[in-house]
Amino acid sequence: MLKSTFLKAVAATALSFSTWASAQAVDLQFYFPVAVGGKAAETIQELTNEYVAQNPDVNIDAVYAGSYQDTVAKAITASRGGNPPQLSVILSVDMFTLIDEDLIVPFDDYLSTDEDKKWVEGFYPAFMENSQTGGKTYGIPFQRSTPVLYWNKDAFKEAGLDPDVAPESWDEMVEFGKKLTKKDASGNVTQWGVRIPSSGFPYWLFQGLAIENGAILANADGNKTNFDDPKVVEALQYLVDLSTKYEIMAPGIIEWGATPKAFFEGQTAMMWTSTGNLTNVRDNAPFDFGVAMLPAKETRGAPTGGGNFYLFKGASDEQNKAAVEFVQWITAPEQAAKWTIATGYVAPRPETWETETMKAYTADFAPALVARDQLEFAKAELSTYQNQRVTGIFNDALASAITGKKDPATALKEAQTQADAILAEYR
Amino acid sequence: MRAFKLKRDWINGWLLLLPALVFLFAFTHIPAVTTLINSFFSTPRGRRPAKFIGLDNYERMINDPVFWKVLWNNLWFAIGTIPVSVALAIVMALWVNEKLAGRSFVRMAYFTPTVLPLIAVANIWMFFYTPGFGLFDQITGFLFGWPASNYLGNPDTALNAIIVVTVWKEAGFFMIFYLAALQAIPVSLKEAAQIEGAGRWTIFWRITFPLLMPTTLFVCVNAVINSFRLVDHIFILTDGGPDNASALLLFYIYEVAFRFWETAYGATLTVALLVLLSLLAIGQFFFFDRKVHYK
Repeated sequence: MLKSTFLKAVAATALSFSTWASAQAVDLQFYFPVAVGGKAAETIQELTNEYVAQNPDVNIDAVYAGSYQDTVAKAITASRGGNPPQLSVILSVDMFTLIDEDLIVPFDDYLSTDEDKKWVEGFYPAFMENSQTGGKTYGIPFQRSTPVLYWNKDAFKEAGLDPDVAPESWDEMVEFGKKLTKKDASGNVTQWGVRIPSSGFPYWLFQGLAIENGAILANADGNKTNFDDPKVVEALQYLVDLSTKYEIMAPGIIEWGATPKAFFEGQTAMMWTSTGNLTNVRDNAPFDFGVAMLPAKETRGAPTGGGNFYLFKGASDEQNKAAVEFVQWITAPEQAAKWTIATGYVAPRPETWETETMKAYTADFAPALVARDQLEFAKAELSTYQNQRVTGIFNDALASAITGKKDPATALKEAQTQADAILAEYR
Repeated sequence: MRAFKLKRDWINGWLLLLPALVFLFAFTHIPAVTTLINSFFSTPRGRRPAKFIGLDNYERMINDPVFWKVLWNNLWFAIGTIPVSVALAIVMALWVNEKLAGRSFVRMAYFTPTVLPLIAVANIWMFFYTPGFGLFDQITGFLFGWPASNYLGNPDTALNAIIVVTVWKEAGFFMIFYLAALQAIPVSLKEAAQIEGAGRWTIFWRITFPLLMPTTLFVCVNAVINSFRLVDHIFILTDGGPDNASALLLFYIYEVAFRFWETAYGATLTVALLVLLSLLAIGQFFFFDRKVHYK
């Protein structure tokens, strides 16, 4: 009798120990956004589940948080409410905002060994430009992209162009565009030459033009912009000319979200959009298409874009360590390869492209290499303190020039004055 | 004894009011007062706490061209949506109040826009408006051979395009109120007028319309509030662009507060919105309320 009671007590203790052990597992909340078509959300969920299955001492609650805008709004609101996530993917350009709001901690504190330091150096330098400031690493590239040019090979053939050759320069894009713009009997355009979307965040694709013309829009400290640089003005003039002077692009603001659809429908023969749309285009284009780097002016060029991992303040050391380990795992070659194949985002580390999985994929589908190769010419995306506001001012200026309400020089001059007024306190 | 009973009634009364009062204070009055207080401070950032800056935020608002632009847009939006949607609502209500075949179906069809999720609706309309392959362009191109028009991407038409969507959505909702009011009008009035030899038009202007006035006041108050409350369509359809051409006051407040994170300036703009709405409400209740009741 006594013995059985004793056994029960032992069993009960053992049981409570086992629950205690699982209660010791580190809980992480992880916000992620989705900005392009394709299977991004499912893939993140699958990868997270796989990691949790392999590491029973970590629980990761992956929360789909909407667009990039929604995600940063949620993360900031949750932090102010005293309930921050431990880990989040947020636009790389929001780094200065997150620092200014005192919400994030640099990864450096949790990267002590030489191996860890080497890990940070193993990312593409173009992606790290928006991830580091003041000698610290605040963001780890993950959901990163660059814009590329997609073209419809059938339309090229029909226009008498070589279907395997994309325009190399600004002039060539105009020349090809003129051949590709088709009109019906009553003079209405049925197929435009090119489509550079300008809704929502026109600065991103426009920045490609600015970099190609040799202009950088903001300095690395995030406290000075060059919106009224003559080279920027010239780039904006070119963008405006595409629809007004050369008449190879639809006038007015061009919707970002409808752009792939317009491409599939044959409304445009070429389009500029994120490489993150690659899988979407591959699955849905009813014709043979090509992918090329953006055309050059003084140089090739493109901005980088997309989201980084950030560590949030308020997490315990164990949580941050666990979060860093998860980030190291998900950016490692095998996982990154899965991610790239599912979405088209650029695997952030060169070693990923050496894996058998990626080699097999790119052998079968060479366009996937274009964005990677373009990284050599890519520059930091426009990012400053009070980034959303400064970028908002710039977007408004671009919109007013694109819709013909102001000329490029005036619009950009005004934007620069407004940006200066905001950034003065950060110098 | 009587005093005790009075007191108990009093306690019961307040207890019954309590849940509503808690919500009213927690979600309306306290935030409104906090907003007013915040508008006199600078925006706190993680590294810099808020400090008292007096009327600086208000000065900035007066000098902010975007503020005046969205205010003007809002005025235009109210003028564009309210009369049209109210008039349409009356016409539709009169129509479905008659005995006609498939009446319930028509009523349901008119009411459908109100029950659909706004974001889904905005997405559908966006594809109606899409240049080239959108529904409108396909129709105008097929019937008249018009070229593609960029309704949402042109600053001259973007706001009007949103007005159309709003009227489409609101009219069906207001129709329900008019329908209820029409059914409450005694048939004897109409019959008496018919005996006197009044035509349909006279009956409408002399009997039906005056008796609908209280409903019209109610609907107008709602329409005004809605015209200042609209924000979700704009996110999907134009994102306030191009160059703020289709941004309304509430959208601008959202942008300033939750995109630019200038919460103090956002609070200042909110105070402006509150003052504006209070003035409108006072105007509607004190001046129109006296004239609407048919006595």
